[in-house]
Amino acid sequence: MSDFFSDGFFKNINLQDSSNWATDFVQDVIIPRLPEAVAGHFSVELGTVIVMLVCAGIFVAVVPLLPLVLVLAERKVAARFQNRTGPMRVGPWGTLQTLADGLKLIFKEDFIPPQGDKVLFLLAPYVIFACSFAVFAAIPFGQDILVSDFNIGIFYIMAISSVIVMGVIMAGWSSNSKWSLLGSLRSAAQIVSYEIPLGLSILTIVMLVGSLSMREIVASQDGGIFTWIIFRSPFTFIAFFIFFISAIAEVNRTPFDLPEAESEIVAGFHTEYSGMRFALFFIAEYANMFAVSAIGVTLFLGGWQGVLPGYDFLGGLPGFVIKTLGLVFLMMWLRWTLPRLRVDQLMNLCWKYFIPISFFNILGTGIWGLIFKEDDVWSIGISCAIIYIALISAYAIAGRNLARRPEPQPS
Amino acid sequence: MESTQQTESKIIELKPFTDEMVVNMGPQHPSTHGVLRLELRLDGEIVREAIPHIGYLHRCFEKHSENLSYPQIIPFTDRMDYVAAMNQNWGFCLAVEKLLEMDETKDFAVPERAEYLRVLICELNRIASHLLSFGTYGMDIGAFTPFLYAFRDRERLLLLFEKVCGARLTYNYIRIGGVSEIIPLEPGSIAEQNYLDEIEGFLDYFEPKIDEYNDLLTSNSIFSERTMGVAVMPAEMAISYGATGPNLRGSGVDWDLRRDEPYSIYDRFDFDVPIAKDIPELGAVLGDCWSRYKVRMDEMKESVKIVRQILAEGLPDGPVMADLKAVRPPKGEIYFRSEAPRGELGFYIVSDGTPKPVRVKGRSPCFSALSALQELSRGLMVADIIAIIGSIDIVMGEVDR
Repeated sequence: MSDFFSDGFFKNINLQDSSNWATDFVQDVIIPRLPEAVAGHFSVELGTVIVMLVCAGIFVAVVPLLPLVLVLAERKVAARFQNRTGPMRVGPWGTLQTLADGLKLIFKEDFIPPQGDKVLFLLAPYVIFACSFAVFAAIPFGQDILVSDFNIGIFYIMAISSVIVMGVIMAGWSSNSKWSLLGSLRSAAQIVSYEIPLGLSILTIVMLVGSLSMREIVASQDGGIFTWIIFRSPFTFIAFFIFFISAIAEVNRTPFDLPEAESEIVAGFHTEYSGMRFALFFIAEYANMFAVSAIGVTLFLGGWQGVLPGYDFLGGLPGFVIKTLGLVFLMMWLRWTLPRLRVDQLMNLCWKYFIPISFFNILGTGIWGLIFKEDDVWSIGISCAIIYIALISAYAIAGRNLARRPEPQPS
Repeated sequence: MESTQQTESKIIELKPFTDEMVVNMGPQHPSTHGVLRLELRLDGEIVREAIPHIGYLHRCFEKHSENLSYPQIIPFTDRMDYVAAMNQNWGFCLAVEKLLEMDETKDFAVPERAEYLRVLICELNRIASHLLSFGTYGMDIGAFTPFLYAFRDRERLLLLFEKVCGARLTYNYIRIGGVSEIIPLEPGSIAEQNYLDEIEGFLDYFEPKIDEYNDLLTSNSIFSERTMGVAVMPAEMAISYGATGPNLRGSGVDWDLRRDEPYSIYDRFDFDVPIAKDIPELGAVLGDCWSRYKVRMDEMKESVKIVRQILAEGLPDGPVMADLKAVRPPKGEIYFRSEAPRGELGFYIVSDGTPKPVRVKGRSPCFSALSALQELSRGLMVADIIAIIGSIDIVMGEVDR
C-alpha cells in the first residue's frame, strides 16, 4: 500500500513520454535541415510545441467535417423513416445542404440578449465546442492514428466530457430567458446523473483490462470478435447497454432530449442563440454523438480491431469508422422512432435501475475475474453461452408477456 | 452550548425555499396548437397553476355575422375550426335549415343525394381532423415521425376534398339546402364512379395504417408512460366543464349526438361509439390523456365504417341543392347542435325575418374543453401541460372565433 502512495496515483503520467514522437521528429528531421545559424538557437522544446500545434490544427480542421456529414446523414435517415426524400436541391442529392446551411448561419445576425450576461453568453458555445472536440484527442481511430496516448485515456475522456455541462449552464443562465434556464437546469441534472452509470459501466472494463489507456484497452481485444469486451463476460454485455443508453442521455438525444425538448421548452439552453454561435452548438452536438459512439466502439466493440484477428486493413480505420457509424445510426433510428420521457421518469430510470444494475455489474465482474484469472477459450466460451441463454430466455419471457398483454382494443 | 444554538439558528435561516417562477407559454410556442397563451406559475418543473389566456385569434365571427346574409356566413364558419371545416359548415347549415323548416308556407327539404354527400365528406373530414390530432400529439410527446405519417395520409384526403370543392382547408362546400354543385359528382357519371373508387382506395390503404399507428405510438411504452394516468378527468368533471366529443367519451360518458340525437341521415348507418375504459393491465385510467387520445384513434375506424356503408349503397340520384330561391328564414330563434370532430358544435341563431340574422352565437367545443385545463394541470409538470393540451385537442380558431 505504501508503494502505491509513494509512487503516486498515476505514476505513469509523463508528458515527456507522450510527446516523444514530436521531439524525435524535431530532433531528427527538422533541426538537421535548418541553416546552422538558426539551428543553434532553435530549442527542441519550442520545436516540439510548434509541431504539436500544427498537428492539433490539422485535427481541429478535419474533425469538424464529421458533423457536416452527420447532419446530412441524420436528415437523410430521418427522411427515409418518414417516407420523404430529405434535402435534394443543393448539390447532387442534396449533399451540399449542410454546407449551404453553415454558410447561411455565418451570415446571420449574431444576436446577444441585451439583459443577459454578455461574457458568459459569448463564452458558452466555445466551452461546449472545445470540450466536445477535446474528447477526440484520446480516441484511437486506428493502429497508430491516435493524437495522444494518455495512460489515463478513458479517465480523461470522462473528465473532459463532464465540463460540457458547464457550458450548457452558462448558456442557459446568461441568455436571460426562462426557457433557457429551465433547459439548462434539466440538462445539468441529466448529465450529472447519467455520468454515474456511464462511469460505472466503464469501470467494469477497466477492471477487466487493468488499464485506463485507450490503446491498451483496444490491444486487449485483438483476438477477433469473441475477444471484444462486450462478449468477454456476461456483465460487460449488460454494461454495454447501460453505457449506450447513458451515452444517449449524455448527448441529449431522443428519448432523452429534454434539455432541448422543442415541444416543451422551445429549444432549451440555446433558444437565444443565433448565427454561428448556434452552429457551434449544433456542430458540438453531432461531434459529441460521434465521440460517444467511438468511445463505445473502442471500449466494447474491439476498437479498430477487425472481426477476425489480424484483419485490420489500413490500420483499422475503416473498420472503426464503420462500427462507429453503426452506433450513430442506431442513435438516429431511436431518435426518429421514440417519444420523449418526462423529467421524473428520466431520473427514475437512472437512479432506480441503471445505477443498481451497474453496481451489480461491478460485483459480477470482480467475481468473474476471481474465477477466470486469465481470458482463455473457456471463459469466453462460458460467457458467450451465458449471454446466448440469457438472450433466448429474455426473448421468450418478453414474448410471452407481450402475448399476454392485451392489445389496446377498440373500447 | 452557544455554538450549537447558533448553528441551529443558521440551519433555520438557510432552510431552502424556492420562489415561484412565472413563465408565459405562448402565444408563440411550438405546441400550444396555435396562439394559446398559458401563464404558468412554476415551482421548478412543477406547475402550481396554469392560467389560459385566450383571444389572440379573435376575429369577431359573431359580430360579422350580423351584417351578412346567411350564405355569406358559411365561409366564416370555415375559419372557426379550420382543421374540420366541413363539419363547421354543416353545423351552421343544419341550424339555418332548421330555422327555414319553421316556415309553414314553404315546403323545404334537403335532397337525399346531398345528405349522403354531406355525411360522406364530413366523415372523411373527421378522419382528417383526428389524423392531425394524432400526429401533433405524437409531436407534443416528442415523437416526430407519426406527424409526417399523419400528414401523408391527410394529404390524400385533402386531394379528395379539393376535387369536390377546389379548396384544401377552407372548403365552403356545404351550402344551406344542400351541397355546392361541383362537377366530378354528376349523378351516375364516370367521374362520380372514379371519385368513389378513389375514396375506397383510400379506405383500403388507410384502415391497416390505423393499426400501424397504434403499434408505433399508442402501445409505445414511453408514450404510455407519458400519457397514462396523467390529468385524469372524471366523468362528473367532464360534464360540469361541458367537455364534449372525444374528451367526454374519454371520460367514459356514452354520448354521441350522431347516435343519441340523430340528425341528417345518421340513423341509417351502423356504427359504434368508442368509449374509454379503465385498462388496469396497461395502466390506463379512465379519463386520462391516453383515453382521450385512444377514443380518437378508434373513432377513425368508425368513420371508415360509415363511409364504407355509403360506398356500398352508392350515392342516390337527384339534385344536390334544395329548390331555394333565397334564404329568408321566418322570425324566430334556433339552437342546433351537431357532432363535430372536437365535440358538440352548436349554433344559436336569432332571425327577424330579414335575410340577415340578428344574432349568431357559436358554441365551441374546444372552448369548453380548454376551460378544464386550469384544474387538470395543477400540480403536474411542464411536460404534462403539453400532453394535456394535445389530448384535449384544441383549435384556437374555434376557441377564439
